[in-house]
Amino acid sequence: MEEYSQKVMDHFMNPHNVGEIPDADGVGTVGNPTCGDIMRLYLKINEGVIEEAKFKTFGCGAAIATSSMVTDIVKGKTIEEALKVSNKTVIEALDGLPKVKVHCSVLAEEALHSAIDDYYKKKGLPSPVVLKHSHEDEEGAE
Amino acid sequence: MRRIYMDHMAATPIHPEVLEAMLPYLKEDFGNPLSLHYFGGAPKRALDEAREKVALLIGADPKEIIFVSSGTEANNLAIKGVAYAHQKKGKHIISSQIEHHSVMHSLKSLEKIGFKVTYLPVDKNGLVDPGSLAEAITPETILVSIMHGNGEIGTLEPIAELARISKEKGVYLHTDAVATAGRVEIDVARLGVDALSLAASQFYGPKGAAALYLKKGVRVQPLIDGGIQEEGKRAGIEDVPAIVGMGRAAEIAKRELPSRMGHLSGLRGMLIDGLLKGINRVYLTGHPERRLPGHVSICVEYIEGESMLLFLNQKGIAASSGSTCTSRALKASHVLLAIGVDPAITQGSLVFSLGKDNTKEDVDYILEVLPPIVQRLREMSPLYEDAMRRSV
Repeated sequence: MEEYSQKVMDHFMNPHNVGEIPDADGVGTVGNPTCGDIMRLYLKINEGVIEEAKFKTFGCGAAIATSSMVTDIVKGKTIEEALKVSNKTVIEALDGLPKVKVHCSVLAEEALHSAIDDYYKKKGLPSPVVLKHSHEDEEGAE
Repeated sequence: MRRIYMDHMAATPIHPEVLEAMLPYLKEDFGNPLSLHYFGGAPKRALDEAREKVALLIGADPKEIIFVSSGTEANNLAIKGVAYAHQKKGKHIISSQIEHHSVMHSLKSLEKIGFKVTYLPVDKNGLVDPGSLAEAITPETILVSIMHGNGEIGTLEPIAELARISKEKGVYLHTDAVATAGRVEIDVARLGVDALSLAASQFYGPKGAAALYLKKGVRVQPLIDGGIQEEGKRAGIEDVPAIVGMGRAAEIAKRELPSRMGHLSGLRGMLIDGLLKGINRVYLTGHPERRLPGHVSICVEYIEGESMLLFLNQKGIAASSGSTCTSRALKASHVLLAIGVDPAITQGSLVFSLGKDNTKEDVDYILEVLPPIVQRLREMSPLYEDAMRRSV
């Protein structure tokens, strides 16, 4: 438990942007309870800009902290900018993650991409997002 | 900040009298027990005395006690040592699906070199069915290894009955009693076991000292080659200070066992009742009655164990969990899966293992602190959100 950085602990103890957006423009849910983590990201998008981001997460300290961080990062960004946010961006912003928890940051990236993908689908537009769903692959591979 | 230790399955604090007993052997009585000169005398006598005390705790003869370094080593020696020594007779071993990793991984190693292992299932309370053991024994079977009590769910197995069945079929039975020795009464003769593992760090002794009880006449092949220590069954100079500590801890445990058991089953009852009443969608894991006196294990639905542990830690409470996220291997607890807990619900595993120094006030504090933590995490949980939506 000592391995978490202070920033991870801060975001875990007092996570930012917890909750739902009832009229969200894009919602992404990734992960599964067998792996131990589920993230659901809600985005409010206006003229290509992410105005609001909220999350609900089932998972460990790192899963909650990465959710909190990724919502902080994407707020105010354009979709194009947000699609460039990777799990590494999240890890760096959190001053690192223990090795066994890196998959939580991957989940955060996937939740973001999935929510943006949902936004395009809802609009009936072709989605520029390539969904990876590596987390579910991991599960299937076991 | 208030600090409450409720992770006694991980380690117990060293009893002050134990530490006192150990000190001379870290100082002036440093000698090698095998030395013939004056400096070997005190350590040799101390080893003999510790052996008697450990034997007394479990009703064994001192000659049947082999000192080793850890519960893990005791289990390795019992399983691999007996398997290697008896493989001419057969290569089949029977165990259960809820054993400790040191048993499970020893068996996996043996499987790689040609042994066959049957892992008996357990019921929803974690009990092995003695009937299933009787059916699993074949002429090839040389060893049964089933734990005395489970550290994750607290369930106590019907070892006496399992040992009787093994004995009828002429098969040795080893039991991993690391979680139970010093916590519940153990008499190897009454249990009828041929080998039993126990570790000092589970009953207020130091780490680094453990023992394998090996019934007179049971052959075992040593896993460490070297000198004649421990009757040639475990080479290497003994950790005399730790073993002396184990002896003293065993002596105190023997004396205080009835009062410790009474105290701890009382607290256990209070904590279980309080948790089940104070938080909805909480399930007790393991057997409701046949369980370790200070052991409380639950699963809290919709949330995950590590996040609960972190919040509890923040409140000064040290507990444990069998969730995927708390395991470095990122696997759900094999014990919880074996008793049929839904994989999603295993994630909400929480284990409080109480010790002799815990009080009613400690239990009250947990019951005060945990429900708001659960509520807070549930408010963050998409699973809870979905469940609430379904129930509207």
